[in-house]
Amino acid sequence: MNSWLKDWISPRFLRRNGVLGMNQRNIGYIAKYNDRSRFPLVDNKLLTKRVVERAQIAAPKLIAVVSVQHEIEEITDILHNLDQFVIKPAHGSGGKGILVIVARDGDRFVKSSGASISLDELKRHLSNTLSGLHSLGGRPDQAFVETLVRVEDLFTEYSHEGVPDIRIIVFQGYPVMGMLRLATRASDGKANLHQGAVGVGLDLATGQAISAVQHDLPVTHHPDTGADFTNLHIGNWLQLLTLAARCFEVTRLGYLGCDIVIDQERGPLILELNARPGLSVQIANGAGLLPRLRAIEALEDVPVDVADRVEYAMNHFGGRVEAAQQTLWEEQEG
Amino acid sequence: MHQRWPYLLLIGVLVAAGLTTAMYRHQTYGIPLLPSAEQRVWQVEARIQFNASGRETQVFLALPPLQSGFSVVDSNYASSGFGFDIDKSRRQERAHWTKRAASGAQTLFYKVELLADSFEQTRDTSPGLLPAPSWQEPYRTAAQEVLSGILPTSADGRSTAQQIVQRMQTQPPDQNISMLLDTRSRAELLTDLMLSAQVPARTVEVLQLEDGRRRQALTSYVQIWQDDTWHLVDPETGLVNNTRNKLLWVTDAPALLEVVGGSASRVTFSMLSSVRPSLSVAKERFGDFDISLYSLPIAEQGMFKLIMLLPIGALVVVFMRVVIGLKTSGTFMPVLIALAFLQTELLPGLLSFLIVVAIGLIIRSYLSELNLLLVARIAALVMIVIGIITLFSVVSSRMGLIGGLTISFFPMIILAWTIERLSITWEEEGPQEVLKQGGGSLFVAVIAYLGMTLSIVEHLAFNFPELHLVVLALVLLLGRYTGYRLLELHRFAAFQPKNPQ
Repeated sequence: MNSWLKDWISPRFLRRNGVLGMNQRNIGYIAKYNDRSRFPLVDNKLLTKRVVERAQIAAPKLIAVVSVQHEIEEITDILHNLDQFVIKPAHGSGGKGILVIVARDGDRFVKSSGASISLDELKRHLSNTLSGLHSLGGRPDQAFVETLVRVEDLFTEYSHEGVPDIRIIVFQGYPVMGMLRLATRASDGKANLHQGAVGVGLDLATGQAISAVQHDLPVTHHPDTGADFTNLHIGNWLQLLTLAARCFEVTRLGYLGCDIVIDQERGPLILELNARPGLSVQIANGAGLLPRLRAIEALEDVPVDVADRVEYAMNHFGGRVEAAQQTLWEEQEG
Repeated sequence: MHQRWPYLLLIGVLVAAGLTTAMYRHQTYGIPLLPSAEQRVWQVEARIQFNASGRETQVFLALPPLQSGFSVVDSNYASSGFGFDIDKSRRQERAHWTKRAASGAQTLFYKVELLADSFEQTRDTSPGLLPAPSWQEPYRTAAQEVLSGILPTSADGRSTAQQIVQRMQTQPPDQNISMLLDTRSRAELLTDLMLSAQVPARTVEVLQLEDGRRRQALTSYVQIWQDDTWHLVDPETGLVNNTRNKLLWVTDAPALLEVVGGSASRVTFSMLSSVRPSLSVAKERFGDFDISLYSLPIAEQGMFKLIMLLPIGALVVVFMRVVIGLKTSGTFMPVLIALAFLQTELLPGLLSFLIVVAIGLIIRSYLSELNLLLVARIAALVMIVIGIITLFSVVSSRMGLIGGLTISFFPMIILAWTIERLSITWEEEGPQEVLKQGGGSLFVAVIAYLGMTLSIVEHLAFNFPELHLVVLALVLLLGRYTGYRLLELHRFAAFQPKNPQ
């Protein structure tokens, strides 16, 4: 086979693998299952935070909110007394405008990358955020400060810096696919795959790593720490899936991406929600989303209970079970 | 999904409405589908000369009837001191000049501009059964003999006519024919024989169109009626298949020219042909087509020429994003850039765009250190862009480069935002992403530009605005396209089976 062609795949293979494409995601799932009126709930991270908190779903704690420029001065007192915190724009997209402060160096704030910034720079960041630098279309925005998640020790060898998070795709309240996103030097401590983070596909039945990708290409070891992904196993898996599945009730969004972090003390926490979750999760898992989405679309009695949904997902979308299903599905296609 | 039928119906209706309206306007008004389409226009001048006797004078000139293959663009009746009207009292229209008292040599002109128009199809009206001529002996016997020799071997009117013409040409001449020709012309004889054979026929006067000919007279031809249409027969050579250069002038009138109160009257014809762009012919014929963009003032027409191209650019963007999967910086920024290219030409446009954005990015990186609020920063960028453009224009015009002057066509606010966005992308996602998005935008802009500058696209978009319904339908179709994007076939290449069988 031509070497140039090797970087391309025929649409027939993709369809056979049940890979969900961007257009089909937009029309067949987001437009169909996600009510527009519910979008602000996840697009505005501050709103998400409040809703999640009200439903008593575990999440990092909100410390302060900045809505207008003069409030920046007011919260500097609060920030002065904090060693660790995270500043986020309410409408940031793609990880834009998130500032993670992991330590203090006298008057300076140390970012997760190790670089430090002054209080003035911090204020400028807040001011920029309010005037809409990080929001879509440059609309005026809000910023908020929340507690920094203490990464579980398990992850430290797998992450260059920053907080590894777990993206679970939840369809109609059922977890359908998940991946662990690990920051790398290339991704500048951010856990976004298109910026160079590593995505590790997770067996939905156990939380065991299946395969990993960086820049859409398979990898076996973390590019910076060299840790082998085959030994990676996420604990508290049932608790984590349940947390993700509960987000459906809160948002009523049928096609949802839940970003979860695991805190040393508090366990799985909802970091943010996404109404337009990306498609890289498929590459990380080496499996297409379509067979799973269709399986749920085909369900007649929808069990309302969260525990039932999680159990169904673990039983049907787990590694081994799914391999069997995949062949079945292929036979039907063929 | 749940409303598939209404959706498909809407698409169908849009396409049908767009195409049928365009076709209708093409056929009725002759608006050409191709910008380069040309049509032949004949200018024919009939010159009437006579000596007026000093009394009341009336002149009648038969006017060419409606006929297939020609349509009248313009006509003109030049006549000094004569009153003029069109006489419709007979079956064929006649020009009618009148003067109370005229004396001496008079000259009248009738000028007509005819378009050789293959779309012009006139349905001939049936003449009904025309009475057979009453022959006097010995001509009756001669005619009967001629016909009895022909009729058994002819299938229809056309073949009968063909055989009679052949019989008239034989050498030595047929005796019956020679005798019959003593009293009539060949055309009249052919007509009479056809009528006797009960085939409707008539003698017509035809003008042979030939470029640059002057002082021509009409030629007599015969028309025979068959299959609901008149067929032209040349009494010398038989059936005429190619009537492109034959203009019927007299069909039903008693005579071509009739002068009351004058003598020594005659009419001669001169003609000239020219090839003209179909579009200007159409504009001339129908004023400014009842409803069209040509009814706007010229300045607005120029603007609409651009506006009508926007949908094409939008279609390109939709296609590039939905089917190809290209990332662009700002959804429709590429269309605006492409519009600017339309004014600057491609290469100077690309070059100046790159220069302005590059300089802008450098200055912007300094601005980001100034700790400015967003609105102030954008405002500053707009001014910087204006500064760069001004400098560029002045310097390049000093150096004698015209290209610099057109750079001011770029939408400044768009440029400023482009610089701002690319700069943020640079800071957050690195120069690679800037190249990707900037390059993607420029690529889409260039494709949109190339699409919009196709002369056929430009022509159709402005002259057939209804075709935008089809563009709209295409956009609606693309909006529901759920297949893989081209670039996804690369993105998901990891799904390639490990051991291809």
